[in-house]
Amino acid sequence: MRVLVTGASGFLGGAVARGLIANGHEVTVLQRRPSGLQCREVRGDILDGGAVGEALRGVEAVIHLAAKVAVSGAHSEFTRVNVTGTTTLLEAARAAGVHRFVHVSSPSVAHAGSPLVSAGAGPANPNTAHGSYSRTKAASEIIALAADSPGFAVVAIRPHLVWGPGDEQLVGRIVARASAGRLFLIDAGVALIDTTYIDNAVTALIASMEHAPDSFVHGRAFVVSNGQPRTVAELLTRMAVAAGAPTPTRSVPYRPAWLAGWVAERAWRVHPRGDRAGDPPMTTFLAEQLATAHWFDQRETRRALGWKPTVDLDEGFVRLAAWYASGGQPRGG
Amino acid sequence: MTEPARLPPIGLPGLDPRWSRIVEAPDFSGISRFWHLLDTHAGPEPGQPEPTLTVLCVHGNPTWSYLWRTLLTSAPQSMRIIAVDQLDMGFSERTGICRRLANRIDDLDSLTQVLGITGPVVTVAHDWGGPISLGWALRHREDLRGVVLLNTAVHQPEGSPAPSIIRIARSGPLLRLNTEWTDMFVRGTTRLSRSLLSARPMPKSVATAFASPYRSAARRVAIRDFVADIPLEPGHPSSAALDAIAEDIRDLGATPALLLWGPNDPVFSDRYLADFIERLPHADVHRYERAAHLVIEDAPRLVEDLLWWLSARQRNEPGTEIPGEVTRVGQMTMSPKITTLLEALGRAQVHRPGAVALAEMKSRGPARLVTWEALALRVTKLAAGLRVRGIEPGDRVSVLVPPGADLIAIVYACWAIGASVVIADTGLGLFGIRRAIRGAQPRHVIGVRAGLALARTLSIPGLRISTASLPAITAQGSEQESSALPDAEAEAVVVFTSGATGPAKGVVYRHRQVAATVEILREHYRLTESDALVAAFAPWAVLGPALGITSAIPAMDVTKPRTLTAGALSDAIAAVDGSVLWASPAALTNVLATQKQLSPTQRDAFSRVRLALFAGAPVPRAALVSAASLMPQAEIRTPYGMTEALPVADVELAAIPGVGTAEGVPVGHPVIGVKLAIAVLDDDGHPSDDLTTQAGITGEIVVRAEHIRDRYDRLWATNRTASAHPGWHRTGDVGHIDDAGCLWVEGRLAHVIVTSSGVLTPVGAEQRALTLPFVEQAALVGVGPRGTSAPVLVVVLAVAGRRSRSPLLDVDRTELLRQVTGVDLAAVLVRGALPVDIRHNSKIDRTLLATWAERILAGAGG
Repeated sequence: MRVLVTGASGFLGGAVARGLIANGHEVTVLQRRPSGLQCREVRGDILDGGAVGEALRGVEAVIHLAAKVAVSGAHSEFTRVNVTGTTTLLEAARAAGVHRFVHVSSPSVAHAGSPLVSAGAGPANPNTAHGSYSRTKAASEIIALAADSPGFAVVAIRPHLVWGPGDEQLVGRIVARASAGRLFLIDAGVALIDTTYIDNAVTALIASMEHAPDSFVHGRAFVVSNGQPRTVAELLTRMAVAAGAPTPTRSVPYRPAWLAGWVAERAWRVHPRGDRAGDPPMTTFLAEQLATAHWFDQRETRRALGWKPTVDLDEGFVRLAAWYASGGQPRGG
Repeated sequence: MTEPARLPPIGLPGLDPRWSRIVEAPDFSGISRFWHLLDTHAGPEPGQPEPTLTVLCVHGNPTWSYLWRTLLTSAPQSMRIIAVDQLDMGFSERTGICRRLANRIDDLDSLTQVLGITGPVVTVAHDWGGPISLGWALRHREDLRGVVLLNTAVHQPEGSPAPSIIRIARSGPLLRLNTEWTDMFVRGTTRLSRSLLSARPMPKSVATAFASPYRSAARRVAIRDFVADIPLEPGHPSSAALDAIAEDIRDLGATPALLLWGPNDPVFSDRYLADFIERLPHADVHRYERAAHLVIEDAPRLVEDLLWWLSARQRNEPGTEIPGEVTRVGQMTMSPKITTLLEALGRAQVHRPGAVALAEMKSRGPARLVTWEALALRVTKLAAGLRVRGIEPGDRVSVLVPPGADLIAIVYACWAIGASVVIADTGLGLFGIRRAIRGAQPRHVIGVRAGLALARTLSIPGLRISTASLPAITAQGSEQESSALPDAEAEAVVVFTSGATGPAKGVVYRHRQVAATVEILREHYRLTESDALVAAFAPWAVLGPALGITSAIPAMDVTKPRTLTAGALSDAIAAVDGSVLWASPAALTNVLATQKQLSPTQRDAFSRVRLALFAGAPVPRAALVSAASLMPQAEIRTPYGMTEALPVADVELAAIPGVGTAEGVPVGHPVIGVKLAIAVLDDDGHPSDDLTTQAGITGEIVVRAEHIRDRYDRLWATNRTASAHPGWHRTGDVGHIDDAGCLWVEGRLAHVIVTSSGVLTPVGAEQRALTLPFVEQAALVGVGPRGTSAPVLVVVLAVAGRRSRSPLLDVDRTELLRQVTGVDLAAVLVRGALPVDIRHNSKIDRTLLATWAERILAGAGG
């Protein structure tokens, strides 16, 4: 199939493009930075009509990953990329004759802060989701699923906490903090959290593209994870161990951590530090994510997509350790 | 004042507006009135088959047809459910007339004529709807298939004052204040309701729906009239009508009846249930322990149970507690010779009059020794004396006496009378004992002082006899008087489950079943006259005389099995030359802990024991090994069984492998006369109808034998589920049978964990966890909803390390436990101790642990 992958310079986007290529698909990638992938590449912003039109030429399916992902920042920028960008792409894709559209979303679109214990894929809600990222992703998921129509099958996939070798977003930050001795737990890290090893996220996205036209798939949202909930303490510890970094031993109670996040968010708003990646060290969103259970009922996802994870957590940590042991160079650029 | 009938407001939770009808019918005086009623077949249903059963539901005061909404929702199409709002109640017409009981029966009769209700019908009623529905039922016997009553009354039980709550409500000005001028009575009725599942009060929206027809004082007039119509005093205008109903229902013997009760009802207590049982002895009875007046709201299972019963009426099955079907698995392998227990006692008396039958050990001073002759004489005289005092055949007698010579004399004397004994042991805890006795509704109580004090507030209608007065009673009895031996089918005893999973259940044995237990013990353990039993396991202390062998009861605080010392046990063995020991695992633990204090002579006594049995709960293998070294001549065995059947299987120490080698713990081969099978678990972890004896298949263990309990007491629905496989008792344990025919227990059915990748049983993984030296105790539980639960191990560490603030075990040991157990554990949590039951101090409450683990692992806001 001829497939367009947006956001292919990211960790998951790059892996998806490589996975598609390996499966014999004809891949086009669209992003601002060079992807370094061996395929047709269009460089440009998701809001750049010309670039988008060029990228969609001859394409049958889209896997849309391009998004602004951060825990802080101006809300308008999130809206521009995540909501307007998705809307533009959907319209252009339909006009270009695309008939499958996989919208990559996030479980946080349906999360209002209470613990998620073996939760299903609840409805996205931009009013109750926490933080600009989740709110705009909720809005864009609603827009995407509303575009589902005969001949244009849309499915929303919400991979939860994707990690693996070369991941700068999650593992990279944790390891960096652990190395600096600044990694601590909230409430001893007791909350159970589901994660997704990168290879499983890739196979799930490809499966959802293959199954998008199925009657019980299109128009729906699915959470994807390894289905192996673990405590935050264990996940952080094992990531640090895999990288040879010190393991977290200190813990702070939830309330003070949340308060620190609240203060930091406001301080960062007044005096943004560092450059582009200037997220504060703690935010209320992060405190919530690190202290509240969120794990998912995977039965429906697996049934509908005819998919199941192929790399379990143990194997994932072995691969992560091997990657760090071999120098830990980001893969594919 | 008057007001026309109207429809309920739209949007009341659970109420489908399509059920509502307004129907015009003449009332008792011939005046046309308008009723509001709910009807599942309100509109024409083209193409639908005609319903084959009509269910007529009558609410009480101050509720309305809304009470029955769940029944309407859940009923099959083939059942027509009609729930009326009585005139002047609910949304029916306000007529301005005070309606008496007899009028209301006429009113209802007239309505059903207009509705054209003929053919098979069952009445269902609650509260003061009870007498009205029964009055109607008595007039329609040709169509009547059954009567169902929930927390109601037709008669003020003798010697019991009217419920004080009603008396207060009825007194003068309070009556109008409570019922009419304010909505205190309306709101008070729903305020007492608590869900048995969540223990939460009734949702506000539901309580408001109950109150919705009673918003103004004018609309509440009938609530006042209803309360005033309760005939508490003689000469009341409704007395005659109520008395007639109370007497006439005794003729309903051929009509199936179902009594569903919430015992925590301040008005219609267990006394009223007992009154109905007396009038309708054939009725199926289920008490929803802890449920209150609005039992249908409190007990989530009630509607399902009711529908099951209604379906049986629809199929026109005779009303029986347990559906009698042809058994699917072969016949009993052994039919024990049924002798009554008293016969055994009598034989021993004749053969060995001067030999010691019983030794009650004292912690200070010499033992109390009773010869067979003395025991038999005492039982005869005590029975005669108790008869004189007023204990009748068939009465239930609660015996609150610790194991010893007195207890044995009382139990056998009651049996000699033909009475049955209710034995609520201290292992239930004080609260549990009270609840258990209240549920069994004994007629009399015999107790030590503390026992009588405990029973004081339980409104025992008959005698309260102190053990201190036993000599006087015995002296009153003639020794010549010999009563007929009790019938093998007569009820012998009510004992109680440990309550490890939910409230303790009363378990009823007939004489035939107790006798079968004795026979199985005798045959399986080859007990002969030359044996002597040392019984440190309370329930079996009573059976020594029935076995015809000498028995000794060691000195111990029976409220605490852990207080049995090695010295006390040794003294008991020495006193009767004990060859067989029966003790609980908790007692064994303390015996082993105190064996250092034994003198050489005391230690020697243990070498006389040829057979040591430890039963009641799982026993750690290490404890059995230690027991073997204390009793070098003894065969060490652990019988497996339950309150409902003991023993079922039994295993010898040598046959118990080291810990953690297989899925579960081995409990051995079935004893003589017992058949075992496995009800295979389906993918959802529920036992299916398929029974198998094939090796290696996990499922619920089911048992078939002569000595199994007769039934659960006043728990019709529980009997139904416990006997889902006709002829078999469901144990509630899960396990499998191995290639050699040995039974392995893998845990409780209620503790099965259903993950998205399959069903897990806890014990195997726990046993494997225990192979790690740092694990002292372990419990496997599931967090999250059934079907997609995540397995979590809770451990008690062997060496309680530095007190950590985190409840999590470190990552390395967590990983190790994952490998050793073979379970993809989401987490391993550490606790100082695991919650266990009171009686055995060893059955882990995994349900409680699961709730705890889930709360911890939910993190902030969990």
